Parts: sequence; C-alpha cells; structure tokens
Amino acid sequence: MTQLALVIDLNVCVGCHACVTSCKEWNTSGSAGPMPDDNPYGADPSGVFFNRVQTFEVGTYPNTQTIHFPKSCLHCEDAPCVPVCPTGASHKREKDGIVLVDYDKCIGCKYCSWACPYGAREFDEHSKVMKKCTLCVDRIYDDALPEVERKPSCVMACPASARIFGDVHDPESDASKKIRDNNGYQLMSELGTRPANHYLPRANKR
Amino acid sequence: MHPAFSVIFFTTLAGAGQGLFTALLLGQVYELSEPGVQYGNEFYFNGGVIALVLLTLGLISSTFHLGHPLRGWRAFSQWRTSWLSREIIALPLFMASVFVYTVAHFMEMSFTATLAIGFFGMLANIGLFICTGMIYACLKFLREWATPLTVINFVIFGTATGFSVAAVYAGVMGPELVKPFAIIALIATVLGLITRGMVLSRNAELRKNPTTTVQTAIGIRDPNIKQRSMGMMGGSYNTREFTHGAKESFVQNIKPFFMLMAFVIPAVLHSFALYSDSVVLFAAALLIHLIGLIAERWHFFAQVNHPQNIYYQTVG
Repeated sequence: MTQLALVIDLNVCVGCHACVTSCKEWNTSGSAGPMPDDNPYGADPSGVFFNRVQTFEVGTYPNTQTIHFPKSCLHCEDAPCVPVCPTGASHKREKDGIVLVDYDKCIGCKYCSWACPYGAREFDEHSKVMKKCTLCVDRIYDDALPEVERKPSCVMACPASARIFGDVHDPESDASKKIRDNNGYQLMSELGTRPANHYLPRANKR
Repeated sequence: MHPAFSVIFFTTLAGAGQGLFTALLLGQVYELSEPGVQYGNEFYFNGGVIALVLLTLGLISSTFHLGHPLRGWRAFSQWRTSWLSREIIALPLFMASVFVYTVAHFMEMSFTATLAIGFFGMLANIGLFICTGMIYACLKFLREWATPLTVINFVIFGTATGFSVAAVYAGVMGPELVKPFAIIALIATVLGLITRGMVLSRNAELRKNPTTTVQTAIGIRDPNIKQRSMGMMGGSYNTREFTHGAKESFVQNIKPFFMLMAFVIPAVLHSFALYSDSVVLFAAALLIHLIGLIAERWHFFAQVNHPQNIYYQTVG
C-alpha cells in the first residue's frame, strides 16, 4: 500500500515561508476554490492556510538554536479526523493514503478539527466547509505537468530542499531513505496517530 | 475550546426534554404501582408537547453550529464510526417516539399501548444520552472530556433539568406527582454537584501532568523550548476555535458560580419547596438551575486545553 507523505529536514529549513505562500497560491487557484483572506490589509487580518512555518527557540542563552518548523497536515496513518466525520466527507484514500475532505459532502460541523491534535484543519468561513492540505492531489497526478513537477507546491518552492515528497511505505523511496538514515521522527508520537509526515532532527539535537 | 452557544443551548434544552420525557414515563409506571391512581391522558399529552417544544428548540439551535445544515441528511451515513452520526440518528428517532407517545395520549389509546410506546422512546432516549456524551468522551486527546464522567454528567444533568421541569409542570397540573418528581430532581441535582466536582478535581490533576508537551509536539527533547513565532501576525481558525477568549479570572470565577447556581441553590430550593409544596419555589429552582447549567456548559468547553494550542503560543 502506498502512503504519500512529506519528510521535512529541520537541518536546512531557513524559515523563508516560500512553502507557505506557494501552497496558498496553488490551492487558492486550484480545483478546491479560493482560500479566503479576510481583512488582509487591515488591523486584524485572518485567512485560511494549509501550511505554516513556525519558529521555536531551543536551549538556554547563549546556547540556543532557532528551529524553523513547517507544519501542515501529517496525513496520519491512523487519522483521528476520519472516523469522527458524520458524513464521510473526511476520508483517507486507500490508493495513496492522502487524507482529504470532500467539500461537497462536508456539513461544516467542525468535529474533525476537534479530533485532530495538530490543528491541521482550518474552517473556511466563506464556503462553510473544513479545509486542509491535499498534498496537492491536483498536481501530483497531473499528466500535463512534466514529471519532475508532479510534486506538492510547497516541495517545488522550497529553496533549501528541506521538503522531500515520496511514498514512505516504499523502502527504496528517497523519503524512506532519508527517514531511515537520519532518524526521522513523527510529531506527538505518544498519541498513536502514526503521522505519515516525518521530520528529520537537527544533527546535534534529539 | 471555544464554547459555541448553539451547542450549549442544544445540549441544555435536549437534556431538559429527555429528562421530562423520562419523568412522564415514570408517572405512568407510578400509576401502575398505585391502583386507582390516574392522571389522565391530558397530563401526558401536555407534558409530551412541552418535551417536544424543548427538543425542537434544541434541534433548531444545533443547526446553527453547521456550515451546511441542508446537507445534514448525509450525517445518517457514518454511524459505524462516528458518535456524531449516531447522535444525529438518535435525536430524530427519539423525537419521533415522543411525538408518537404524545399523539397516542391525544387519541386516548390504551394505557398499555402508550406505555409500550413510552418504553420504546425510553430506549431511544438512553441512546441519545449516550451518543451526546460519547461525542465528547471519545476524543481521547482531549483529556478533560475523555472520561466516563462526561457521559454520566449528561445523563445526570438532563435528569435534573427534566425532572425540575416536570415538578413545576406537575405542580400546575397534577399535584400527586410533584413529590416524586421533585425528589428525583433533588437527587439528580445533588449527584450532579458531586460528579461535576469530580470533573473539576480531575481537570486540576490533568493540568499537573500533561502528556503532550511542546517537546513531543515538535519532537525536540530540550527542556527549554519557547515559541518565537506561530507563523502569522493575525488570527486564524486555529487561534479562535480552540480558545475561549475569556480572561483567566472569568474562567476561575465561573466555577463556583455554576456549582452554586446549577446545583447547590436549586437543591436547597427543592428541599424547601418539598417541605412547603410551593410551585413558585420549584419554578425558581428550575430557573436558577438553567442559568447555572448554561454557565456549566460554557465551562465544559472552555475547560478543554486542546493539544493544537501548543503550536499557537506566540504571535509573530
């Protein structure tokens, strides 16, 4: 069984937010319709994003490190957002393990977002449905694109190659090798959600 | 969590309707045990109408929580896995049972027939209580909810409200039932005080021993980790849906407020009312209990510290 996922290398992420903006650009103009921004130039802006880059300071001064930490849906293998959905709109694809929301079936009850411990889902107040990272499902299978571009938009945008896209169930994939060789780990592993996305730790941290 | 008033009113009103229906059915059972006693179809019919009104108001309130209420029918499909889907099946099933029960009394069907319909309704009622509670209790990462106490409290609070309504109603309509209804309301209110107190002390313990921390959230073991930026300067769904937005002092003060208003004062008033047979006191007990219960339900949501909040600590 295929499980597509992202592997994020914290050694090389420079926190430039290129993945954030390219994600927004691709998905706002993609098949799922706009990702709204409210009051974008006002005092209290708000908007829907599938991907964020956060920054953490680790250690005690002067021995501190700045960790830039991209966060999007982790496409959990045991996704807690799926069984709670009352309509079946929130689903995990058998074919490639991508967790998706069928925006035509979603009743906007927000229950799936309560069940997700990572805050990976964002409610669209305009179309009144729950939205989330699709792993650019409308890119990665697009035959019209050259094969090297059949990757999520965030992966294409990353100038440091901090994001590796691949099948984490295929031991020979680049993503699996990176996880294996660099002690790739999962977020909140104590919760048993088995995220498909992995993170590669800083070489001197962990 | 952000307390949504649609869900606060839904759970409070549906609980009242469920408790009232239980009271009516118990009235019929009481008739069985006391030969010669009869309260008449009108008593059950009017009571059934009140229960239906409460449930309908609750149902209408709940639809305000949905982005697309007209797609609600789709929610019947996932009963195999989703407690919310099960609740959305149980609610109309229960409402239909109450409707048939009420109509049966209107048509003056036989005592046995109405009782049989009532018992079927009671099964749906129990199912609805379990579904409502399990919607919250099944979310194992939300540790404040992931306890049998969540389900138990929905049953106890619904019983307390419903029997308080029933005591007032019987006080106006059929005096013999006031005492049994009021005694059950009193017991449920006192039990509610105990079980809600257990939840409060459990929450205090949970806060001392977090299992999910910023270390597990980003996977770095260093004890000193501070977020410097959540990745945005403005707000988002993540900063609104999972926080209550009230001051910490408000959250602290609402605890004694709802414990007094929902349980202590109504229990005292019920005791006095039982002693003096005063409908006004029963009504006062019900009103204060309802105000307290709405505050309780606000806190029920606000008390949950969602793990995703770890990722949204610092604007930047």
